[in-house]
Amino acid sequence: MGLALLAVIWLITFVSTYFFIWHPWWLPAGVSAAAAAIDRQFNFTYIAMGIVFVAAQCALGLFVWQYRDRGSASKPVDYSHGNTTLEIAWTLLTAVLFVGLNLMGSQIWAAERFEPASASALPVEVTGMQFAWYFRYAGPDGKFGNTSPKLMDPSSGSEAAIGLDTGDPAAKDDVVTGTMFLPVNRQVDLTLRAVDVIHSLFIPNMRFKQDAVPGLAIHMHITPTQIGDYEIACAELCGLGHYKMHGMVKVVSQEDFDKWLAAREAEKQ
Amino acid sequence: MATSEVVHAHAAPQGFIRKYIFSLDHKVIGLQYFFLALTAVWVGMILSLLMRIHLIWPGANIPLIGHIQPETYLSLLTMHGTIMVFFVLTTAPQGGFGNYFLPIQIGAPDMAFPVLNMLSFWTTFVAFVVMLAAFFVTGGAPLHGWTGYPPLSAIQSSGPGEGLGADLWITSIAIFCAASLMGALNFITTTLDLRAKGMTLFRMPLTVWSWFITAILGLLAFGVLLSAGILLLMDRNLGTSFFLPTIVVNGQLMGHKGGSPLLWQHLFWFFGHPEVYIAILPGMGVASQVLSTFSRKPIFGYRAMVYAMLAIGFLGFMVWGHHMFMSGMSPYSAFAFSLLTMGIGVPSAIKTFNWLGTIHKGRVRFYTPMLFAVGFVSLFVSGGLSGPFLAQPTLDIPLHDTAFVVGHFHLIMGVAAIFGIFAATYYWFPKMFGRMMNENMGKIHFWFTFIGTYCIFMPMHYLGMAGQPRRYSQFTEVAYLHHLIPLNRFLTYAAIVTISAQLVFVINLFWSMFKGQKATDNPWEATTLEWTTATPPPHDNFGGHTPVVNHGPYEYGVPGAARDFVMQTDPAGSPAH
Repeated sequence: MGLALLAVIWLITFVSTYFFIWHPWWLPAGVSAAAAAIDRQFNFTYIAMGIVFVAAQCALGLFVWQYRDRGSASKPVDYSHGNTTLEIAWTLLTAVLFVGLNLMGSQIWAAERFEPASASALPVEVTGMQFAWYFRYAGPDGKFGNTSPKLMDPSSGSEAAIGLDTGDPAAKDDVVTGTMFLPVNRQVDLTLRAVDVIHSLFIPNMRFKQDAVPGLAIHMHITPTQIGDYEIACAELCGLGHYKMHGMVKVVSQEDFDKWLAAREAEKQ
Repeated sequence: MATSEVVHAHAAPQGFIRKYIFSLDHKVIGLQYFFLALTAVWVGMILSLLMRIHLIWPGANIPLIGHIQPETYLSLLTMHGTIMVFFVLTTAPQGGFGNYFLPIQIGAPDMAFPVLNMLSFWTTFVAFVVMLAAFFVTGGAPLHGWTGYPPLSAIQSSGPGEGLGADLWITSIAIFCAASLMGALNFITTTLDLRAKGMTLFRMPLTVWSWFITAILGLLAFGVLLSAGILLLMDRNLGTSFFLPTIVVNGQLMGHKGGSPLLWQHLFWFFGHPEVYIAILPGMGVASQVLSTFSRKPIFGYRAMVYAMLAIGFLGFMVWGHHMFMSGMSPYSAFAFSLLTMGIGVPSAIKTFNWLGTIHKGRVRFYTPMLFAVGFVSLFVSGGLSGPFLAQPTLDIPLHDTAFVVGHFHLIMGVAAIFGIFAATYYWFPKMFGRMMNENMGKIHFWFTFIGTYCIFMPMHYLGMAGQPRRYSQFTEVAYLHHLIPLNRFLTYAAIVTISAQLVFVINLFWSMFKGQKATDNPWEATTLEWTTATPPPHDNFGGHTPVVNHGPYEYGVPGAARDFVMQTDPAGSPAH
């Protein structure tokens, strides 16, 4: 029985580790300025935790087999109530490991969340509602027009869905779309809002996730670094259509972005 | 602390109802909790089976239920989580085994407040009935998840099941909180006041410590959830706006304004995080007890184990914000929450090292309780080590609300805690029912469950890294999830096999109750007080006398002793301390 436990615990350990190393399932390719640092922290954590995992499981398997009751052939047990030096040693070791990991990661967190977007960033407002995402661009005046809950009509889509006050001059040139267009290599200043319940804007490739909370306007920034189409998933349970609250980010060159925005403006006239 | 003289044991009750239904005997109440949890775990497990089937065969026509719709999937998910957390993981280890064995292990004739104890069980029972009723009302059970985040949980029109079903769900939880508060008071008072002569705090078995600390956590945590639940009910039905700002649901402008959805999250997780430890601490106690007994060796670092549990309990109240790194809470507070969360890793690691130290240089006997205790340690390590990923806000950016989290908390607070419950069941069954459980069936049960649960929950980490969000009823609508469907299918097969294997446990349980081999008073050659009394124990636990304790709880392999263990009640001259 001891040998069976050893074999199974080791097998589970090695199979799990094999899939972590071979990684057929892994973080999707990172395409934002933040991705590299986040992935580095992830890899570092997983190597550190992986070593502890393999060591602890192997020791467990080994001990139950090695110290199995062999009847009269067994040595008498080591009558010991513990070892204070050892306790202090592994307390300090784990404390250093865990606090160290934490401090390493907090630099990245600070860069992502403490600093506001730069003044030249492109402002985009993201609005989540059951079960769609809308994206608003301020247009040539650089100002978002007013919105009002009283004007919100989700069934009419885009501008009406987010309750855009068309009477407000600043709203005249606002562009509202169902797909997020972003220029590559330019910082984007996102404002996240929600109309009804909590949603979460999750763009796996960009290592971006942030809840959109009713009553709050949450500012985040993000810099896409690669042209392409990337999927958005909702990551906060928002009702029966949660699994299909899906969207797209199209990252294009600044030139294509300007053309696209100009075409949308032209449609409005 | 020898206060046994002032405790007056009540007379043994006569008649079926007083003896088995409205019993004041902590042992009967413990069994009632145990069977309530056993019923609940089957309900919860079948819900999870239906979920796994729906994920892979969405068109399946299931007998009695028919086709599962996406909203039904969310109801299954909500009820699975709620029932498992409250009526299994909180009820079985604390209400069940704690009730049965805490008084016996400290040498008391009963709980300090037997009537409160009875009331606590029956209140829990009512809560369970109210919870199940949510399935049968118009609209069905709520779909807002076990965390019940408003506004989804606060607006009747936000989805199916958010009408009466959601009201019943909140009401049930509120009733459950009241029951748990009664239980917690009773456990704390009993531990502090009813210990037998010589049972100093540091001679208490680690199980007693774990139930005691769990009770303190319960006392501080459930009150908060109770208040939050009442506020949520008011927001839903009385037009208040504690958790609700101005919102538009289904094109309808709601009459609320000025409230904060994040307030609920703070209140909920202030309860919710300690709740994780309420579920797992008794498992740690049982694992310690069983590992020491079957390794025939004193527990390694008894005091370190006690301090580690106290530290986990204490820190457990200061880390709730790590559930909210992506919520829009101030990013500065993430620093503190993250650091304190990492801090919990330290006492958790101490416990793991000490369990390994207990087995090291022992003489391991492989009975079923020991297998489950070893399984507990393995799962605790596996589930625990994904914690330092999630404790870092930076890594929560890719991982929060993905299957990675689901794999993490199922391994550690789901499966590890359940392994604690299994170890406790196999270990104490002889004392509770006077018969042994069948070892062969026990071993079959262990192997299927151990390998099976790893097959279900380990791959969830891979799914989460690949970006599979939680609580998705289908993976067809988002293109990057398509390549994850084969792995999800494997999980479903593993779940079907593992859940089927639980039938072996139930058959063993009931078969052994009536046909098992008769148990002696101390079949495991263990040292704590429950093994000094008759099997099953008499109404007053020790048959008219109170034990006197002379030794620590885990005196195994004592050099120079007549046998390889010294019981806590053995005469003081024995060669042990």
